[in-house]
Amino acid sequence: MSNASSLDQHAADQHGYGASHPSGILRWLTTTNHKEIGSMYLIFALIMFFVGGAMILAVRAELFQPGLQLMQPEFFNQLIGVHALVMIFAALMPAATGFANWQIPLMIGAPDMALPRINNWGFWLLPPAATLLTLPFILALFGIGDGAVATGWTLYAPLSVQGGMGVDFAIFAIHILGISSILGSINIIVTIFNLRAPGMTMMKLPLFCWGWLITAFLLIATIPVLAGAVTMLLTDRHFGTNFFNAAGGGDPILFQHLFWFFGHPEVYILLLPVWGLMPHVISTFSRKAVYGYKAQVYAFIAIGVLGVIVWAHHFLTAGLPVPALLYFMYSTMAISLPLAVLFFCWIATMWRGAMSFETPMLFALGFIVLFGMAGLTGLVLADVAADAQYHHSYFVVAHFHYALFAGGIMGVMTGVYFWLPKWTGHMVDEKLGKLHFWLTVISFNLTFMPQFFLGLAGMPRRIPDYALQFAEFNAISTVGAFILGFSQLIFAYVVWKCIRGGEKASDKVWEGTEGLEWDLPSPPPLHSWEIQPVIK
Amino acid sequence: MKMPHRPCQRAAVSLLGLLAALLPALANADYSWNFPTPVTPIARNTLHIHNEFMIIITVLFVTVFAIMIYSMIKHRKSLGHQPAKFTGPTGTVQWLWALVPFAILIFIDYILVGIPAYHAVVQMEDTKTKADMVLKVTGMQWKWQYEYPDSGIKFISTLATSRDQIANKETKGPHYLLDVDNPVVLPVGKKVRILITSTDVIHTWWVPQFGVKRDAIPGFLRETWVNIETPGTYRGQCAELCGKDHGFMPVVVHAVPEAEYLAWVDKKKNEMAAAAAGSDKTWSKDELVAAGKEVYEKQCAVCHQPNGQGMPPAFPALAGSKIVNGPLLSPEGKLIKDSHVDRVLNGKEGTAMQTFKNTLSDTELAAVITFERNSFGNTKGDLIQPALIKALR
Repeated sequence: MSNASSLDQHAADQHGYGASHPSGILRWLTTTNHKEIGSMYLIFALIMFFVGGAMILAVRAELFQPGLQLMQPEFFNQLIGVHALVMIFAALMPAATGFANWQIPLMIGAPDMALPRINNWGFWLLPPAATLLTLPFILALFGIGDGAVATGWTLYAPLSVQGGMGVDFAIFAIHILGISSILGSINIIVTIFNLRAPGMTMMKLPLFCWGWLITAFLLIATIPVLAGAVTMLLTDRHFGTNFFNAAGGGDPILFQHLFWFFGHPEVYILLLPVWGLMPHVISTFSRKAVYGYKAQVYAFIAIGVLGVIVWAHHFLTAGLPVPALLYFMYSTMAISLPLAVLFFCWIATMWRGAMSFETPMLFALGFIVLFGMAGLTGLVLADVAADAQYHHSYFVVAHFHYALFAGGIMGVMTGVYFWLPKWTGHMVDEKLGKLHFWLTVISFNLTFMPQFFLGLAGMPRRIPDYALQFAEFNAISTVGAFILGFSQLIFAYVVWKCIRGGEKASDKVWEGTEGLEWDLPSPPPLHSWEIQPVIK
Repeated sequence: MKMPHRPCQRAAVSLLGLLAALLPALANADYSWNFPTPVTPIARNTLHIHNEFMIIITVLFVTVFAIMIYSMIKHRKSLGHQPAKFTGPTGTVQWLWALVPFAILIFIDYILVGIPAYHAVVQMEDTKTKADMVLKVTGMQWKWQYEYPDSGIKFISTLATSRDQIANKETKGPHYLLDVDNPVVLPVGKKVRILITSTDVIHTWWVPQFGVKRDAIPGFLRETWVNIETPGTYRGQCAELCGKDHGFMPVVVHAVPEAEYLAWVDKKKNEMAAAAAGSDKTWSKDELVAAGKEVYEKQCAVCHQPNGQGMPPAFPALAGSKIVNGPLLSPEGKLIKDSHVDRVLNGKEGTAMQTFKNTLSDTELAAVITFERNSFGNTKGDLIQPALIKALR
């Protein structure tokens, strides 16, 4: 596609919206365009990232010193749980769905997502769900109810049966978020299966799309289980059933089985899109083709399958029988193999390339190293005996933040820095991007590295106040958290600046890129690939 | 796309400066980098395994990222390095390069880590072989109850740190948040089988130096064991979020030589006999109110607050409460459903209000009920005798 004709197409589309098309807020409410919906997902995710971040900074401020300074334990418990729910369901998942919306049609040469109206609904379910999650905080200010869900994001029964109306709000929010996720997943699967450009076989599908495809299947397999579990919780709370009440023939551990049958795959749901985009970034800035494409596809599938059969390692201290302990330990260790395939392929892609270190590459490299730490500490957590010490302690908190902040959030930022020039037509401010990277990496480690040692020394998680021997590491961690939190304002500014203007991006954007999306102009016209390209 | 590096260097320098400024203050602090000293066979084994694993993963980490960093240094565009074309292993040598790391990883997973892990699990779960005694631990919001089935001893252990220390109104003591009124006493050198359960929500009994952590699940018994090798005081905490005061229900274990343990058992038995005798005596109202105030402060004040105002809606006020100011018993002297006495004895399902008849003595129950009816502005003026509680159980 020549530059001139793409510009024409661009100009035509600007006006192609026509007089009958709504403008203003109605345009965003009714849009079925994958790019507009993708942008809405990403902006929503960014806003909720700051909401969830503000909550945890309040928590870290309380934990700066021993003693209760800022808040009472009830409020502390609400903040930690809603922080997790917001970050997982309202920041990371929507960000990944935003990527999917923007990128999958561009990458597979499709004119749009296969089910545009469902796409619109999938997004517009999110704001009400996020409101439901956080509304009890505001209601409590007016003396209605006793605040948001205070059980941690895991909602373990019977604590959640005992909880106030915040739990009901959370259950309802989870149902809505779950519907949104399932709609998004169906759309992605249908799009990838049906709208690939002629000649693009499944084994030519870009790895990002493969990662998302497995995520979509995991979502469809596990979200209904979570929905079932929280519905059982709802009926235990209000309709006198006893699913999780031993006195009525139920079992509290049943809730944990159901929850983690969803919860463990959820980790891969959050990470597979990131693992999918990494090879694109690494290959681009190494100026070398992706190493081991097929191996990575099979690794994704293997992780998807293993992901749904290891759930009980999240409650190895609950008193499972020995055969179950051994099974869940050894099956969990097996996950290290497909993950090692990915690490091997990432590094082999760099090997003997011609590397340069623009911001997306820095984030990708930071991701690999820090996510490596999450993987390795995950391996030792699988060990039942050692897990007895690590479990429920700050060691676990540090571990999953290496997985979900360094792995998830930094992975998403890699994607934003990588694709933003394509989406906006402007290059990202590299100086600020690099500043953001270094501040993030240093303060991230400052925040979470001490938490490994806190856990080893015996500090349980989710406590609002702690014994004096934990004071120093907590103080360091809080300082780190505040630097980390405020550094993210740079990110928001960089994104804003890039949308507003900046150095013009070429169609290819980066020197070493390959893929259909880079054949389109930057920014691509509102409607792209109306005529599908043919892949040879 | 070559970019100047100066701004980020400047940022890094200023960040290092900030760290350097913090360092002197932090250098004198007492840091702990690993598990606390183990005092049971399980904890020793766990520490050993943990240390081994940390070495293994450190070696893995350093090796893998040394290769990556080598590549980042050597294979740069700025050095004029030309990209290679390979996209997968070709030829025997390359296949070997690709497969050997996985062989090593399988060896680490299932031999180096997997075999010691297997033995550790079997050891940890072997609660029944040659157990010398049994300790039953019951978690409840937010305290622990300990029972010695062999000697019939039973008591509750609650946080001894004052609320003023927590609110920063008083200097924090050395065992801040890790101190209890009644510690568990266990003999050293004996295998103690520990049965764990809960009366309300899930709690987790954890003493880091024992290497033991087990969830307390309402309606089910879980078990674990300890064999403490050295006398001493060992401290731990509840490790599962169990509501408002999750951070305030510590575990303290005194491990003592057997002779000392037996002496403690005798002393405890005598105390319990004296308390049981209390329920046969007739108490005056003032005696009950005085005793009840003590019970209230330990058992009830966390939720219903020292002034009886509660924290509605989760924890209702007792001051002016309809239930507290209702009739004590029916005219026939029977328990009225949902009355004050019923609530204190039997709790309220689905809330933090627990079945106190399982944990408090007749005297304590009578005292606290009488206290509540005659305090916080409640002026019922009536009283209930321990003997009557005994009959109502």
